[in-house]
Amino acid sequence: MKVNYPSNHIKVKDVSHAYGELPVLHNLNLTVNHGEFVVLVGPSGCGKTTLLNLLSGHIKPSSGTVEREGIIRTVYQHDGLFPWLTVSENISMGLRYITNAAQRENELRELFQLIHLEGFENHYPHELSGGMRQRAELARVVAGESDILLMDEPFSALDYQTRLRMRRELIRLLEQRPRTVVFVTHDIEEAAQLANRVLVLSNRPATICRELQIDTSRPRDLTGSDVVNAMKEILNELGLHAT
Amino acid sequence: MIFIPEKDNAMYETNKNRLTPLSPAIAKGGKASRLILPLVVLFSVVLIWFLVSFFHLFPAYALPSPADVLKSFKEEIASGRLFNDIVASLWRVAIGFTGSAVLGIPLGLWLGQHAAARNAFVPMLNFFRFLSPLAWIPFAILWFHIGDKPAVFLIFMATFFPLVLATMSAVATIPKIYFRVAKDYNYKGVELLTKVTFPAVLPQVITALRVSYGIAWVVIVAAEMVGCQDGLGYGIWEARNGLRLDSAVCYMIVIGALGMGIDRLIAQLTKLPNVRWGYES
Repeated sequence: MKVNYPSNHIKVKDVSHAYGELPVLHNLNLTVNHGEFVVLVGPSGCGKTTLLNLLSGHIKPSSGTVEREGIIRTVYQHDGLFPWLTVSENISMGLRYITNAAQRENELRELFQLIHLEGFENHYPHELSGGMRQRAELARVVAGESDILLMDEPFSALDYQTRLRMRRELIRLLEQRPRTVVFVTHDIEEAAQLANRVLVLSNRPATICRELQIDTSRPRDLTGSDVVNAMKEILNELGLHAT
Repeated sequence: MIFIPEKDNAMYETNKNRLTPLSPAIAKGGKASRLILPLVVLFSVVLIWFLVSFFHLFPAYALPSPADVLKSFKEEIASGRLFNDIVASLWRVAIGFTGSAVLGIPLGLWLGQHAAARNAFVPMLNFFRFLSPLAWIPFAILWFHIGDKPAVFLIFMATFFPLVLATMSAVATIPKIYFRVAKDYNYKGVELLTKVTFPAVLPQVITALRVSYGIAWVVIVAAEMVGCQDGLGYGIWEARNGLRLDSAVCYMIVIGALGMGIDRLIAQLTKLPNVRWGYES
């Protein structure tokens, strides 16, 4: 499976996928480069999550190929943490390959500082707020040697203000620990604020109908012109513009 | 940035609610009322019993008085027979119940993960589950003669099938997301079973253990009425033969109280920190 693509981290070629008679993805091509932050937006039910499942390898495409390199981890909308483990034990899952206990402890402490959850090491997920749980999930996926992060609407179950905070946290986290990210969302604002590249998917069977490069540096102000302009373009593409 | 964990909010909510008292007796605090109210009921029942026997609403041979029962308690304790019977029954339940847990829980885990095996075995398991364990009494005696073994066998037959089925359906309801996460972090084979599947069903398994312990305790009394020379069930049987209903009531009180006590012990398992999540909505 490991083919060397020095700059391509993920390569999706001519992928079509159908659930029985229902075609979901049609002839989709996509390459994601090292360190890139790609956001997929599209109408609900258009196959965003299917595409993510193809990338993670949970399902195989009906036709076409998906190539990817390195360790892939996924952040889910909610309930991705194991409820029977403490926050610290959950995050340690990402450090399982480190055999040296002292080194693992160090790494763990650093991660807790990074996500500002010091003091909650021995709490269980059900004792934390939704935002804290998602931050613990972020720490777990960047722990240790991961390469590609797949994010399936990771902030959509949170309230608006927490969501804004989490975007900032994610950007800060990725500055410290650069990873290739494929991020699925229905939140256009989120896409414009986070992405290097936004891919707008069409209605089912989905194909990429628009690619939008956003080059301004992050963190981006929500009301900045670059973000607002990107949002306008995405809204236009989705046919949701006011005029 | 200040993050308030949801738990703290929840605690605040409940404290707030407590400020509206339901009645003066309960308002004094949850703990006291939890103890007082059941004691009031217990006392009332004993009082009714006393009055019924005092006014001879039933003939004395059909309903022993509280004083008779107390006297027979003293006798049974003094002779050491009651203690001996308690140990015998507890021993049989412990062996039969442990045996069915040790075999039943792993089998349930395995069936939960293999759809084909599930299809094959579930009808048969259900069939045996609906057979009253007491139907096995003739076989228990023929196969195991007398002593502990037939009773242990009956306990096993009574608890094994419900435990397997409960564990199996608990596995079937584990959210798929846990297995996806497990795959991301390379949990495979035995490690997947012990670190993901088992902890994920543990809260439900503990509940199943409580339920099947209840079955075991009910069955032991019936099982000891045949083929045993001691035990709490045998004690009741012998009291019946001697028309000593005072002694029978004394044994009934012990059986009920012990059953409740041990259930409370098993319920302590639900307080383990790594299963709390399963009982909080």
